[in-house]
Amino acid sequence: MSAMLSVVQPTSTWYLVLSAVLFGIGTIGVMVRRNPLIMFMCIELMLNAVNLSFVALSSQIANIDGQVAVFFVLVVAAAEVVVGLGIIVSIMRRRTTLTVDDMSGLKG
Amino acid sequence: MELFVFVVAAAMVLAGALGVVTRSNPVHAAMSLVLTLFGIAVMFVAHNAHFLAAVQVIVYAGAIVVLFLFVIMLLGVDKAEDLSVEPITNQRPLAAIIGVGISAIVIAAIVSSRAGLGAAGEGVNETTVDSPDANIRQLARVIFSDNVFAFEITSVLLLVAVVGTVVMARKTKSVGTGK
Amino acid sequence: MLNLVWLIPALPLAGFLLIFLFGRVLGEPRAGILATVMTASSFLVVVGVYLDLLSRTAEERHHVVTLFSWLPVGSLHIDMALLADPLSVTMALFVTGIGSLIHLYAIGYMHGDPKFSKFFLYLNLFVFSMLMLVLGENLLVTFLGWEGVGACSYFLISFWHTRDSAATAGKKAFVTNRVGDWGMMVAMFLAFSSVGTLSYAGINAAAEGGKLAAVTATGIAMMLFVGACGKSAQLPLYIWLPDAMEGPTPVSALIHAATMVTSGVFLLTRMSPVLHASYPWLGDVIATVGALTALFAATIAVAQTDIKKVLAYSTVSQLGFMFLAIGSGAYAAAIFHMVTHAFFKALLFLGSGSVIHGMHHEQDMRKMGALRKLMPITGFTFIIGWLAIAGIPPFAGFWSKDEILLAAFANNRLLWLIGVVTALLTAYYMTRQVIMVFFGEARWNDHAEENGAHGDHTPHESPWTMVAPLVVLAGLSILGGAIQLPFSHSTKFLEHWLEPVIHHSEVSIAGSWAESNKWLLLVVAVLIAVSGVVASVAVYAKGKFKIIEPKILADAWRYDAAVSAIVGGPGRAAFGGVAAFDAKVVDGAVNGIGSEVRAASGLLRKIQSGLVRSYAFVIGLGAVVLLAWFLLRGIL
Repeated sequence: MSAMLSVVQPTSTWYLVLSAVLFGIGTIGVMVRRNPLIMFMCIELMLNAVNLSFVALSSQIANIDGQVAVFFVLVVAAAEVVVGLGIIVSIMRRRTTLTVDDMSGLKG
Repeated sequence: MELFVFVVAAAMVLAGALGVVTRSNPVHAAMSLVLTLFGIAVMFVAHNAHFLAAVQVIVYAGAIVVLFLFVIMLLGVDKAEDLSVEPITNQRPLAAIIGVGISAIVIAAIVSSRAGLGAAGEGVNETTVDSPDANIRQLARVIFSDNVFAFEITSVLLLVAVVGTVVMARKTKSVGTGK
Repeated sequence: MLNLVWLIPALPLAGFLLIFLFGRVLGEPRAGILATVMTASSFLVVVGVYLDLLSRTAEERHHVVTLFSWLPVGSLHIDMALLADPLSVTMALFVTGIGSLIHLYAIGYMHGDPKFSKFFLYLNLFVFSMLMLVLGENLLVTFLGWEGVGACSYFLISFWHTRDSAATAGKKAFVTNRVGDWGMMVAMFLAFSSVGTLSYAGINAAAEGGKLAAVTATGIAMMLFVGACGKSAQLPLYIWLPDAMEGPTPVSALIHAATMVTSGVFLLTRMSPVLHASYPWLGDVIATVGALTALFAATIAVAQTDIKKVLAYSTVSQLGFMFLAIGSGAYAAAIFHMVTHAFFKALLFLGSGSVIHGMHHEQDMRKMGALRKLMPITGFTFIIGWLAIAGIPPFAGFWSKDEILLAAFANNRLLWLIGVVTALLTAYYMTRQVIMVFFGEARWNDHAEENGAHGDHTPHESPWTMVAPLVVLAGLSILGGAIQLPFSHSTKFLEHWLEPVIHHSEVSIAGSWAESNKWLLLVVAVLIAVSGVVASVAVYAKGKFKIIEPKILADAWRYDAAVSAIVGGPGRAAFGGVAAFDAKVVDGAVNGIGSEVRAASGLLRKIQSGLVRSYAFVIGLGAVVLLAWFLLRGIL
């Protein structure tokens, strides 16, 4: 069994495909969910998919720059989460049952 | 061995992703997110990106998700969302189309350019921490030489984000006593 | 001295500005004295320029003084330039000369009027505009003066604007003049587009040199004639002149007798080469219009009872004579009559003003009579003016009128006949006026109480400021004929003087039957004038025949009513149609575009639903499209 399992090597293509699927799930989640916090988590999913593809390609072409990119993505994602959650807190402070559909003040 | 690791990690990632998207309770969704993040970290390790795996767990799973949970608990939005109703017409089919579309196109692109990527390289060498070619040293070397400017800017960005959020999210005085 | 030509209009302009700024401070009579001094000084400068021109040979009598470049736009170069040549100096001489006399007269006439300074303000502005008109080197400077005199005419006619009739008359004058101004503007456009310049030298050189096509020349000349009809009160645009008598009498004398109304004649004479280069039928048209206007106005004057209205229609009639002369190609005769007419018509108007003043503003001739003894100087000078206009030799009017009739005879016998009948009527109605005002029984006390006269109502002679100009003008009316005596070629001073301007276009009657028999025609003219006088004396003084003054003549052939009916009826309907077109179609189109845009934006607005997830969907859609495009581009 282990011999069979060691025959097939997961190439970087598999990781990239997985990253694409993860990205798609994240996109669907952003469009379907109405709770702002969960929408945010779906955006994190998308970011992670991208990180995965960076790392996979970085090891594929033996260049560390992909990992440097991931590093920075990670930092900026952290900052983004801080600001985003701050916004959500300030909006939803009064009414906690708000969904994204209720925040349609930009309606033309 | 690698295959086994891949399959398990992939299962974790997908399960967590589906959980985030489908669970109505926000706390459950946060937990699913943690599962996904761990799966990603495992894959990082599989690619010999040890530093990134560590950072992923510490920062993403340890700080960001905790932050999410803080907010959930603070605001008391742990009430479940009603997922059976979709107010915007056709949103779910359209979302499915978009999501599947993006994934399919990217997969098509990946598959069609498989040959262009070349054979799997040596990869980043698997070495111990002490070795001069350890992952963390390589990473540090590049960040602090070629990308030091970006590094500094990012630290400023973090500072600005923190200050901005504190200013924005504080409780303002009640109306009538000025700004 | 010639380089000081610019002083001629500058002095009245300075007078205008000084009175504008300090009029209230100056008050009566200093404002009037200032205005008179300015105009008189201008006259002295003109005399100086005239003497300077005289000292030159005939070819050199053409001096241009350019003040500044006025409109340098593309290929159009128009300078503010003044031209001193025989014609303009002649005009300037009597404009400033008679103008100064009338300014002096007005000091006495407007005595006690609360708007004394304002009157002289407008008078000086008028003199300035008129001088720009005659001294202009190109059509645009003349047009500046043209419009200026039109505006001043409006100001001065409606000077007593609290009177409805005066205000209406002012507006009528302005609007009718505008119709004529349109003609002048079209003429300017035509001239510029065909010749490329608006200066008289350029246009006349092109016309004389044969570079101006007959069609274009006819177009220009015809449009200028339309302008002249408006300004010089010919059929069909004469209607403003009788109503303009609402203005104070000095205004009537200056503007509507001596100067402004002659600007049409001046313009056509100035552009005589263009007239000469046009089709011959245009000259016939001008002459016919002039002759008919003369006859038309003379018939109306026979039945008028207002002392000034008679003179107004008489002016229209005499202007008709001048156009008859121009149409027949006798420009020298037209200018001659213009000069003599300025003398005796101003005299007559000022005299009538003196009568009105002495009669405490009574203007109806039926309430006058036997004024000769109470206003001796006025009466005496008025009689001289009467003799001049009636065409009795040796007074000035006889020589000029005879010259015109001679030219008319050589051109067209029928028009000569009309001119002769008009001369007869002129003598008739002027004699009628003199008899009604100065002779016969005193009728002013009959209705004095009815009209609210107060106290002793005896008419009196006017002060010296009003009488002195009368005397001067009377002298000129007697001697004025000397400038163009028909006895021989050498006595025709005016014609020689004007030769540089009109030699090309003056139609010579030498060798025609008229020229050979001019003494016969002269005797005929004298007989006609005398018979007119005798007939009028028989009717009005001796009472031998019945007085014939049909109502239709008193109503001026109901011409005004006809014009009102046409313009008020179909005219108003047409204008209403145009206005409706503007409101519905033009405004509708513009507003329609606005409402269409608003509707479209209303539709587009629905995209902004405010829902974040819809926006996310659109972003995702865009991403899918872009990715697909890149992919397909890579594969295909």
